[in-house]
Amino acid sequence: MRPVITLSLNTSWQTFASGVASNTFKHFSTSVSRNIMAARYDRAITVFSPDGHLFQVEYAQEAVKKGSTAVGIRGKDIVVLGVEKKSVAKLQEERTVRKICALDEHVCMAFAGLTADARIVINRARVECQSHRLTVEDPVTVEYITRHIATLKQRYTQSNGRRPFGISALIVGFDYDGTPRLYQTDPSGTYHAWKANAIGRSAKTVREFLEKNYTDEAIATDNEAIKLAIKALLEVVQSGGKNIDLAVIRRNQPLKLLESKEIETLVAEIEKEKEDEAEKKKQKKST
Amino acid sequence: MALFDVSGYKSHSELRGQMIGTGVGHFIDRPNQTFSVPVGVDPSGFLKSCSHDGGVSIDLNHGTTTLAFTFRHGVIVAVDSRASAGSYIASKEANKVIEINPYLLGTMSGSAADCQYWERLLAKECRLYKLRNKQRISVSAASKLLCNMMLGYRGMGLSMGSMIVGWDNKGPGLYYVDDNAKRLSGRMFSTGCGSSYAYGVIDSGYREDMTVEEAYELGRHGITHATHRDAYSGGVVNLYHMQEDGWIKVCKEDVSELIHRYRKGMF
Repeated sequence: MRPVITLSLNTSWQTFASGVASNTFKHFSTSVSRNIMAARYDRAITVFSPDGHLFQVEYAQEAVKKGSTAVGIRGKDIVVLGVEKKSVAKLQEERTVRKICALDEHVCMAFAGLTADARIVINRARVECQSHRLTVEDPVTVEYITRHIATLKQRYTQSNGRRPFGISALIVGFDYDGTPRLYQTDPSGTYHAWKANAIGRSAKTVREFLEKNYTDEAIATDNEAIKLAIKALLEVVQSGGKNIDLAVIRRNQPLKLLESKEIETLVAEIEKEKEDEAEKKKQKKST
Repeated sequence: MALFDVSGYKSHSELRGQMIGTGVGHFIDRPNQTFSVPVGVDPSGFLKSCSHDGGVSIDLNHGTTTLAFTFRHGVIVAVDSRASAGSYIASKEANKVIEINPYLLGTMSGSAADCQYWERLLAKECRLYKLRNKQRISVSAASKLLCNMMLGYRGMGLSMGSMIVGWDNKGPGLYYVDDNAKRLSGRMFSTGCGSSYAYGVIDSGYREDMTVEEAYELGRHGITHATHRDAYSGGVVNLYHMQEDGWIKVCKEDVSELIHRYRKGMF
């Protein structure tokens, strides 16, 4: 008797959960059924859920959202990467924590998410950059190396016994014809080109700031582009310049990591500009 | 690949071995394809025994003449068209130039089968490169691909001497690739058993500032004189000119008529 009752309950849940026919129950069913479905379809990466989700990939994207923020800006003759530096323990050497890595002389990337996963991806990308130089006798284009990283990530969403990489990457650089590029990849293995983007914690806030403030004037000079990156990070980073790491690549020049002194100077400039703006507004109001 | 063993990456052959199990056949695994060979056959070992002094020697001749040289207005490619099987002329109008794409040509000398197969494979790779990267492959990359294919089969009896000719954004390109995976960039090459005769002619007649017509004549002269003296070259001269906006086929003339034109007093 009992087994029969349990069985029928299960089947009725199944029809209830997977049938999206009735609109009245739709809201209830999606939220409840998602948890139930998640319970069934999120263990293995290679299993789709009935409504078309790969839950492991989505959970990987959640892991990315926990990582510290990174922002990338594509200027005219410069590309900028900025990351939020996590505060280090007192006894820890600061230099060993590096979130911006060079993949080749003209390409570098920043990531958000699991640092250990990033190390593997960066290593494979570096090997591929040199392998490309060896076979094709030309440096990689930024699109090529992004495509390679994205293909690697996708392969891990479609094989047995492996989980996706829990990182999103911002890849910047110059192609050998001098065009600046910025690409973003995510754990599912898709990649897109961007003019400016942010990943990690509070990426949404930073992206909204960039959407408002990324104009042709804002990136007119190299310095302006760097300041825009700092301004974007200051929106979400506590305690200012100390917690920001910045790297730039200028056309035909190798990657340059800015020193904390330079960053402090730029932060001071930005603060001063803000004060001047506030002063002007006050004067306008009073007159 | 760096850190091969640490990363736990299993190569293709290892996985196949696990799936199929040894004893059925042994696969020679190369990046592009797997050739199935019966158990106990080892091409490179067999060939080593053949070239041993005192034993039976298999000496592969590259029965043909091809030449190519760069000059101010591009690259000239000239080939003969005789295909021989020993002393039997199998074809008098064999096509020894493969048109990979409008900006890339490959010449063939040596074993016709090897050349045709590998250069068609190269054409396939070039097409795939263009689809994946949205730009044409460079001449250096194309020749590198062919060279790496040859390296995979080094010592196993391939016979191919080829020149990859093209025009990319680095300018005109001329590379010589052979079955030993030798790859050379240069301004003038000639391959095949008639190459010594051709070198004599084009070396003495070459000037960097030739006009286009003079360059065509030099190419024709080279092949014609080589076919006159070499038994394994003949047929027609196929002449191509690689320009900045692609190659053009200049002419296809019978060497027996050309030799009479060039050596009026001789016959």
